[in-house]
Amino acid sequence: MNQPIGIAPALRPEDAQERHTLSVLVDNEPGVLARVIGLFSGRGYNIDSLTVSETEHERGLSRITIVTTGTPMVIDQIKNQLARLVPVHRVADLTADKRDAIERELALVKVRGRGEERLEALRLAQAFEARTIDATLESFVFEVTGGTADIERFVKLMASVGLVEVSRTGIAAITRGGETT
Amino acid sequence: MSAGTGLDERNQGRMSGAQMILEALKDHGVDTIFGYPGGAVLPIYDEIFQQDFVRHILVRHEQGAGHMAEGYARSTGRCGVMLVTSGPGATNAVTALTDAMMDSIPLVCITGQVPTHLIGNDAFQECDTVGITRPCTKHNWLVRRVEDLPRILHEAFYVATTGRPGPVVVDVPKDVQIAMGVYDPPRGTRHKTYQPRIEPEMAGIRQAVALMKAASRPILYTGGGLINAGPAASHLLRELADLTGFPVTSTLMGLGALPASHPQWLGMLGMHGTYEANLAMHGCDLMVCIGARFDDRITGRVDAFSPGSRKIHIDIDPSSINKNVKVDLPIIGDAARAMEDIVRVWSENGPHERSRLKPWWDDIAKWRAKDSLGYKRRPGTIMPQEAIEELYHHTKDRDVYVTTDVGQHQMWAAQFFGFEQPNRWMTSGGLGTMGYGMPAAIGAQIAHPDSLVVCIAGDASIQMNIQELSTAVQYELPVKIFILNNQYMGMVRQWQQLNHGNRHSHSYSEALPDFVKLAEAYGVKGMQVTDPARLSDAILEMIEHKGPVLMDCRVANLTNCFPMIPSGKAHNEILLAAEDDVEAEAVEHALDDAGAALV
Ligand SMILES: Cc1ncc(C[n+]2csc(CCOP(=O)(O)OP(=O)(O)O)c2C)c(N)n1
Ligand SMILES: [Mg+2]
Repeated sequence: MNQPIGIAPALRPEDAQERHTLSVLVDNEPGVLARVIGLFSGRGYNIDSLTVSETEHERGLSRITIVTTGTPMVIDQIKNQLARLVPVHRVADLTADKRDAIERELALVKVRGRGEERLEALRLAQAFEARTIDATLESFVFEVTGGTADIERFVKLMASVGLVEVSRTGIAAITRGGETT
Repeated sequence: MSAGTGLDERNQGRMSGAQMILEALKDHGVDTIFGYPGGAVLPIYDEIFQQDFVRHILVRHEQGAGHMAEGYARSTGRCGVMLVTSGPGATNAVTALTDAMMDSIPLVCITGQVPTHLIGNDAFQECDTVGITRPCTKHNWLVRRVEDLPRILHEAFYVATTGRPGPVVVDVPKDVQIAMGVYDPPRGTRHKTYQPRIEPEMAGIRQAVALMKAASRPILYTGGGLINAGPAASHLLRELADLTGFPVTSTLMGLGALPASHPQWLGMLGMHGTYEANLAMHGCDLMVCIGARFDDRITGRVDAFSPGSRKIHIDIDPSSINKNVKVDLPIIGDAARAMEDIVRVWSENGPHERSRLKPWWDDIAKWRAKDSLGYKRRPGTIMPQEAIEELYHHTKDRDVYVTTDVGQHQMWAAQFFGFEQPNRWMTSGGLGTMGYGMPAAIGAQIAHPDSLVVCIAGDASIQMNIQELSTAVQYELPVKIFILNNQYMGMVRQWQQLNHGNRHSHSYSEALPDFVKLAEAYGVKGMQVTDPARLSDAILEMIEHKGPVLMDCRVANLTNCFPMIPSGKAHNEILLAAEDDVEAEAVEHALDDAGAALV
């Protein structure tokens, strides 16, 4: 193989699967989400998580946060393909080179049970700083916020104390410091 | 003016949505549109009736309108425009839109839609046009308010024609066509999100020149993007070739950018490209790709593709870079601008030892000596290659445009017809759409009424849009349709021979119509030629005829198209024509089971 030269992107291990969080600023026009999702399904890219909402009402902008996995070449493709969509303003890779991003998601977790199980669920919820937002004599709904791994750990623990339903928001992400993406 | 518009409203610059569409066409310099009416576009048709600056060509099927608009666009370098009704009109347009998407052809397609209050109700002739066309357009819009219509129309032309060109759809509900509003002319302002990069970075250009000067086995590999960059780009390619002495090859879409008579021209590369072009790609130490996209028809097996070369890729679309093949030096920008810079920097940059390319040209000469396009004539039977050569011989000194359908005849046309200029060759490259040829020829003929326009068709392909003969007759378009009739879906049969034990499953052209009578039924001159001795005269007669001609040229039935790089093979595994290719062992066993799964 030749060494890459000049402005070629720095080589990363070719076949390693990488997980990247992309932040896509789009015009909040009808169909824009369908365009983004259609791009992923049509070209066979992975979506691990996707969140979207209007972020700047006056300018009519929305932010779509996508977590995806792929080889470095595929990740670059995804970014280029996204940037090519007409309503897309900017694509920022929050995982790329040295960028430090904060990622959070929120989960609503419903557990059902009585007696000792119920007490254990409550104790665990406290340990995770989850809020109890609904309670009956035989159920709780907890709200928990954190990184994906935290949420996953919480949900796994709840499974052994009567978990019946989970609803998660997917990831919202932003870079640290004063710079905007 | 339309009867429905009060004079007062007109004076205040107010007009209906339908009038805005016509106004926008005028403002964007559109002189011709291709279309088909229906309930959801009647207000637009009413406006078409009452004006005379835009010519409307009535087609016979909306797919035909799309390919005509493509033929018009590719032969002129301008934007093609089509107009179709809602529902079936829009769905019939999908193949042509996808074709334009794959081959980067600028196309504005206006579709009618049911009135806004009925959208989502499964109304008569309703379909989700923007949903259906989202993946096959560069962008599309559903216009919900007449206030948005002028802006969207201007955006549509901007998006279709700038950067990497492509098709766009503007879906206009009937109530929006009737609603009154104020028309704003285009202002040429910057688009708020879509701003393709045109100017290449000089750092990249300098590195490219350094690599090019140092190369001893270089090759220029060009594609349709170079044609899309305009005649100046083709001119610069010639300059670059002359300056550097590099050999040049191109994709199917790029033919004509470098004159075929140029001594550095190696012919087309890829699956049915020449031996010399493919081996030069395989053996080069520097590949300069300009406006091409390393498609699978070009690369063959990707991990064996040009293993020893550094690769420079010049493209206007960043998503083309590193998509299929990892390159060493990407340059984003317009092909003409990039070549202009390279030519300038090359000249400033001290002398270049041409002699260092001598061993490379010696290798190429050896490959050329194989005469990979060579074929044997047969007494009493017209060989398909011979037919194309003869057609070329009689048309090359004329002002000629050539279109094709899809199949073996398309590849033989690409191999044996030499193009001296860009925009003269129109074929469905990316999508491979049978039925593209005749409507594309009609579109080219409308744009160039005094030129000779020839469609090289297949006996199966021609039947996919045969109805457009009626369009040719209505508008007195003297297109020459030259059917290379081998009585097979020849390309399918060839693959069956290679991959499927020569079992001709449904690839025989059963029950072919009598093409001469068919032509006559449409009011077109029909001709048939079977005898090689008559071929030349028949072609001359076809060309000399004032009106449209459908020529049934009967050729050898079982000829295979060579050279061929079977799917999944490397360039240096190219198959050449054997003495008697039908029985050639190499052909029958060319592919293993893994190869049979490829396309
Ligand atoms: C719309 C469409 N359907 C199917 C195909 C697959 N296909 C590719 S070539 C071919 C046969 C074409 O036959 P013909 O037009 O007679 O050309 P020949 O190969 O015989 O020159 C077919 C069916 C296609 N390219 N397009
Ligand atoms: Mg045929």
